[in-house]
Amino acid sequence: MFAKLLARSDFFALVFGLRGPETGPIRLTQRRVYVLPTGYGLTFAGALALMLVGSINYSLGLGYVLTFALAGMGLVSMLHTYRNLAHLTVRAGRADPVFAGDDAVFELLLDNPGGFDRHTVIARCGESAVDVDIPAGRSEVAKLPVPAPRRGRLPLGRVTLETRFPVGLFRCWSYVRPEMEAIVWPRPDGAPLPLAKIRPDAGEAVNAGGGVDDFAGLRPYHAGDSPRHIAWKAAEREGLLLTKLFSGRGAAELWLDWDDLPSALDWEARLSRLAGWVLAAEAAGLAYGLRIPGAEIEPALGSAHRDACLTRLALFDAAPARP
Amino acid sequence: MPRLPAPSLYLLFAGIAIATVPHLPRLPAWISALAVGLLAWRAWVVRRRIALPRKWLVIGLAATSLVMVYLHYKTLFGRDAGVALLVVFLALKLLEMKSLRDVTVVVLLAYFLALTNFFYSQTILVAAVMTGALVVLTAALVGCNAPRRALGANVRTAAALLAQGLPVMLVLFLLFPRVQGPLWGMPQDAFAGMTGLSDSMTPGNISLLSQSDAIAFRAKFEGDPPPRGALYWRGPVFWEFDGRTWRGGRGPSSQFYRFEPEGSPVKYEVTVEPHNRQWLFALDLAGQVPPNAFGTADYQLISRAPVRHRIRYPMHSFLQYRAIAAAMPAELDYARELPAGANPRTRELARRWRVESGGDGEAIVARAIDHFRNAGLRYTIAPPLLGENPVDEVLFVTKQGFCEHFSSAFAFLMRAAGVPARIVTGYQGGELNPVDQFLVVRQSDAHAWVEVWLPARGWVRVDPTAVVVPLRVESGLAAAVPETGALPLLVRVDVPWLRELRFGWEALANRWNQWVLGYNPERQREFLTRLGMPSADWHELATTLFWAVGGLVLLIALFVLRRRLARDPVQRVWLAFCAKLARAGTERRPSEGPAAFAERAAREHPEQAGTVAAIARLYADLRYGPSPAPEGVGELARRVREFRP
Repeated sequence: MFAKLLARSDFFALVFGLRGPETGPIRLTQRRVYVLPTGYGLTFAGALALMLVGSINYSLGLGYVLTFALAGMGLVSMLHTYRNLAHLTVRAGRADPVFAGDDAVFELLLDNPGGFDRHTVIARCGESAVDVDIPAGRSEVAKLPVPAPRRGRLPLGRVTLETRFPVGLFRCWSYVRPEMEAIVWPRPDGAPLPLAKIRPDAGEAVNAGGGVDDFAGLRPYHAGDSPRHIAWKAAEREGLLLTKLFSGRGAAELWLDWDDLPSALDWEARLSRLAGWVLAAEAAGLAYGLRIPGAEIEPALGSAHRDACLTRLALFDAAPARP
Repeated sequence: MPRLPAPSLYLLFAGIAIATVPHLPRLPAWISALAVGLLAWRAWVVRRRIALPRKWLVIGLAATSLVMVYLHYKTLFGRDAGVALLVVFLALKLLEMKSLRDVTVVVLLAYFLALTNFFYSQTILVAAVMTGALVVLTAALVGCNAPRRALGANVRTAAALLAQGLPVMLVLFLLFPRVQGPLWGMPQDAFAGMTGLSDSMTPGNISLLSQSDAIAFRAKFEGDPPPRGALYWRGPVFWEFDGRTWRGGRGPSSQFYRFEPEGSPVKYEVTVEPHNRQWLFALDLAGQVPPNAFGTADYQLISRAPVRHRIRYPMHSFLQYRAIAAAMPAELDYARELPAGANPRTRELARRWRVESGGDGEAIVARAIDHFRNAGLRYTIAPPLLGENPVDEVLFVTKQGFCEHFSSAFAFLMRAAGVPARIVTGYQGGELNPVDQFLVVRQSDAHAWVEVWLPARGWVRVDPTAVVVPLRVESGLAAAVPETGALPLLVRVDVPWLRELRFGWEALANRWNQWVLGYNPERQREFLTRLGMPSADWHELATTLFWAVGGLVLLIALFVLRRRLARDPVQRVWLAFCAKLARAGTERRPSEGPAAFAERAAREHPEQAGTVAAIARLYADLRYGPSPAPEGVGELARRVREFRP
């Protein structure tokens, strides 16, 4: 049992009262706020000791005064450092999806309930850190970029909130772990759309916008598009001819299908390829559907659809038997 | 790395400048120029956002300065060389200051630099200036720790930090166990003659000695001690002058300790603290010679061995006397010798007096005393440094001096006018301790005066310092030196209210000397006795100190950390409203905004739906609306007050 206590993580958990992710606002009560001198604080103390020795040796009355004034200032600064962090409230904010390899930005909402401004409160998670000032009675958003190397869910790890304000002699910190996660989409590769896979029964598929049911977007006019589908008003505005696209039966239906991918590609590469196709199809204004093992999304267009597809790819997990 | 905030950097430079400026006149010109130049350069770098100089340049400058400082001071240690190095290296460190970390190091060095000013002067003025430096430097540090903050707010924070630290400072100052310095061997330059009188007198060494409050000796009188003005404790006597320094030379040619006493003797006992020299002290003139000692023809008492332990001897002195002994022509000639050249104006003045008074010594002395009284000389513990013609400068140019300057100038004047003169050093005055009736004579009572030979009266004491500033002799040094030295008008002008002001100032300066500069182990014991801890030892003191500081920090914490909630009245009223609803069973969920919450509350309290909706609307307007009406707050408060769910 003792060995277990000493195991680093358990030990830390014991000392710092660490828990799993916490939901709801986290108030930094005094039980979870710690203060210790910084390296500079220790240097400062050493320098004061030197000044004191000098004052004694040279019998400098004012030397004593200056040394002790700095000592008093240092002690008081500890209280100010503590005040600058204690009783802050942390709430989880947004965490937008990102592509693998980018930084996921976690937004922490810091509420200052006190009647005084707080300065340079640093939120740190791993390598990344961001500092904010929070005026009295206000909230401020700390946008913490966290590297998202792999697709999937990226939970926010332990965040250290710390401050050294006002003079850097003391460091006051607290650990929080708000329940937050960001969806990490697979990194799209740059492969072009598989034109061959456009379904043969798609009617006017190639000249696109053949559907007539639901307006789905605009794309540049290609020779052969029906004049009825030209968006005249938009064309006037944009200065070039645009064709209205409609989705629905009879429209071009582009299925982005897992099984169409070359079998040489491994899982992640397939997901990347599909993500790339999603973006390409969206950009081209072609209604597209997604079909992967265990999931199928009906063809559609629009950013909500795109995000749904990418998220499905991000969370793809059901391991099919690999060829 | 975030850019350091420019306003705070300027503040930092200002703080360094304040701590450096008092040093500039004391430093070699090239160091002053270098420091000012580097500071200006660094400020220019901030202003124009240009790059810092390359590392090799900084290193090169540092190495060069190191060598130059060594060549100038012949050492790298000790007070003066140390300060010079600190000034240069601090300025150089600025040139490679990039990060917050560098700033903290620079601020620490600058605090140090501020402290070094006290090596040279501990007047109220210097203390005030350094307090300013402290605030400015701390504000710069705060500013670099909060880069987006306004300058004024940083200065306020710094002042608040220092002000809140004051009680701690006071307790530490009073209770920190004091030990008498020095802790180790004293660097030569810092302690010139600090342990006692020296065997020579150069301008500066007595004023330096007088900054020490170490006890030289104590005297216990039978009956009341003589008036303060008569307490001239005789020490080494100097005959030979090389233009700058007075030395004993070969002394008088005769060897007999002889004078004609007048009146009755004063009887007392002297306890001399060890000073590692051979002089023993007695009031002018000693009527007996202590055991294991001998008297000289110039009335010095010399111990046969250096005084290395506290020694005590009985003594009686005649305050009235005729010192006619040893009036040999050779001796009188020796007491007229002066080095050739230098001080032409003084020589010319002396020549005129001799011609005008027909060589009458008494008349010349009278004229010289008049001159000293009316020349507007100023008594200061830190007179300016003297150049080629030190006596001319004291009498005609700077017109400032300490006792050694005045006595040296007076003796020079006498010798130049053909009147035999010699310098006597020793102590003047002393402080009667009312508890044990001991007269305590400290190094700060060190003094120098002149004896002139008048054929009719023998060797006669003239104290030019007493002529310039009678207070020195009547009330002691602390009363005589106006601490800033900057108020000559107040000292001279005889306007009643100005004089009142002057007395007030001098009393303040005296208290400053006694309690701030002179708070030593003995005074601490006095204070502790008053506090009811008469025999507090080191240990007890440390414990008391610990608890006192701990308790104080706790009190300050209560003040600093007192719950100050947001003072937004709208929010307060809204929270009261939420609390009322919570008591009625409708608690706001963390996820609910005001509108959603009000909607639900209205549903759950249908009879109050109108009021709830109105309050929520008003609140939303006041808090999030584009331009809320100020009277809306009162309206909201009234409605919430009247709200009964």
